Amino acid sequence: MNVLEVTELSKSFGGLAANSNITMGIKKNSITAVIGPNGAGKTTFFNMITGVYKPTSGDIRLNGKTLVGLRPDAVAKQGIARTFQNIRLFKDIPVLENVMAGMHTHITSNWLGILLNLPKARHEEDEAKKEAYRLLEYVGLEHLLNEAAGSLSYGAQRRLEIARALATKPSVLLLDEPAAGMNPKETKELTDLVQTIRTQLNITIILIEHDMKLVMGISDYIFVLDHGEKIAEGKPHEIRNNPRVIEAYLGKGALSLA
Amino acid sequence: MLTDVIQTLPQVIVDGLTLGAVYAVIAIGYTMVYGILELINFAHGEIFMTGAFIGTAILLTFSGIGWLSAMPAIIVLIIVLIATSILTGFLGMGIERVAYRPLRNAPKLITLITAIGISFLLQDIIRFIAEVKKGNYIITGPSLFTGKMKLEASSLWPQFHDASFKSTFLVVLITAIIMMLVLDLFVNHTKWGMAIRAVAQDRDTAALMTINVNKVISVTFFVGSALGGATGVLFAVQYGTIDPYIGFILGIKAFTAAVLGGIGNIRGAMVGGMVIGMLEMFAAANLSGLTGGVFGAEYKDVFAFIILIVVLIFKPEGLFGKAAVEKV
Repeated sequence: MNVLEVTELSKSFGGLAANSNITMGIKKNSITAVIGPNGAGKTTFFNMITGVYKPTSGDIRLNGKTLVGLRPDAVAKQGIARTFQNIRLFKDIPVLENVMAGMHTHITSNWLGILLNLPKARHEEDEAKKEAYRLLEYVGLEHLLNEAAGSLSYGAQRRLEIARALATKPSVLLLDEPAAGMNPKETKELTDLVQTIRTQLNITIILIEHDMKLVMGISDYIFVLDHGEKIAEGKPHEIRNNPRVIEAYLGKGALSLA
Repeated sequence: MLTDVIQTLPQVIVDGLTLGAVYAVIAIGYTMVYGILELINFAHGEIFMTGAFIGTAILLTFSGIGWLSAMPAIIVLIIVLIATSILTGFLGMGIERVAYRPLRNAPKLITLITAIGISFLLQDIIRFIAEVKKGNYIITGPSLFTGKMKLEASSLWPQFHDASFKSTFLVVLITAIIMMLVLDLFVNHTKWGMAIRAVAQDRDTAALMTINVNKVISVTFFVGSALGGATGVLFAVQYGTIDPYIGFILGIKAFTAAVLGGIGNIRGAMVGGMVIGMLEMFAAANLSGLTGGVFGAEYKDVFAFIILIVVLIFKPEGLFGKAAVEKV
């Protein structure tokens, strides 16, 4: 069953078509990769799904409900969370509270209850803290909970972004180049984390990534974009041998050499 | 000379704390809005002034129908504070909605000019209403607290002179401190406070974390303006006489306090307000004595601003601000 259904999605900036007629079906509980050379329109695609950009045409449906026209916070409430290519944490805010910021909609007590320290509000804040702590444990950052997010190491910041995204209780998690700039050990830990999230939390994962070893190892299904168009889709072994993909990455001459 | 300074110190502290508390609460409004929109909301001083007028209008109505003498002064004050802060809160929220939100993506300078325009607009609207209703734009409200108090500082240390103050001073100080404590709790421990901090750091990312940015900005304006309006009430209660132009110089000083504390930092604004208030009162009491009569108490503002300039030369980010470190 497809959790996310993208139909003929297009986005142009002025005359430039950043995405044109992209159609994708993302299977529930799958790990799906979106790959393509730099400038292929992958991040634009993510930005449309999360409501940051409004599509020029086309439709995006999450479990049958359209997301087009919703503000980013409304899309996030529907169950789509993401991380960023260039890390965007709340740098001056402690690690634990970064995660708690993701729980915004799930905290229901009003401010009066909190100011008057009513038992329900207190209980809820404690629960939110515990939940945030569990998520930090999950990504292995619980020992850093009081540090400012900006002071963490690069790999730790990437994992914190994932924890913060998980705090919104998503059904689909978008990871934009999660392994960029990571060393092989960090990449391995990240791969394990992504797989655990899928199996333990039943979250569908869509990732943009340039590290082909990671992509081929982790993905159930791959979509390839080039110049804003979908040029191929399939299982990892199919993509590996697809002539159009090789051409997109290496140029026309590469085919004749192979 | 030094003995003069020491003798007047208790009085300076009492007066400085009260004035400083007023500056501090207004400074919070400037700093919150700056933190979230990087906008210097020049209309905030006028929100304060509007609060003073709304409060005085309520007090005059109460005294007209005889409630003022029927109720304990403190109850009256609480009612007036709550009513005024709700009204000014909505006023601030409305200003943001109508005047600032459409310009959210315009260059900062344009919003800044709009803010100055709003501030003139409010001044003249209030002046117009006051003149229509009372025939004069300088209004004197009924006094709520008439008692006087004496702080026997000389029994602490014989060098000190006793400090005397009207009981309103104590009311102003305590109310301002309560407001600051509640705000601190709100910002650091509620989900809206956390959302405000998140939006201040990165608006787009906050939106992707399910935070409704427009709502958070509205809440920020509501809270800042409610505090500003309530402080206006305190000012009116303390000094009795108000006019539509009180917001200007007070606003500038409160803004200065926010800069001194590190703009965008709420606790910094509180400390900055206290420091400016203290400096001003210290200068008012001692400037003439310290300079042998060359500069009188009327130079107190200059003195406070010189201190500000000196602090900013050595610490441009303000007392509590974080220095922007450029990565190269």
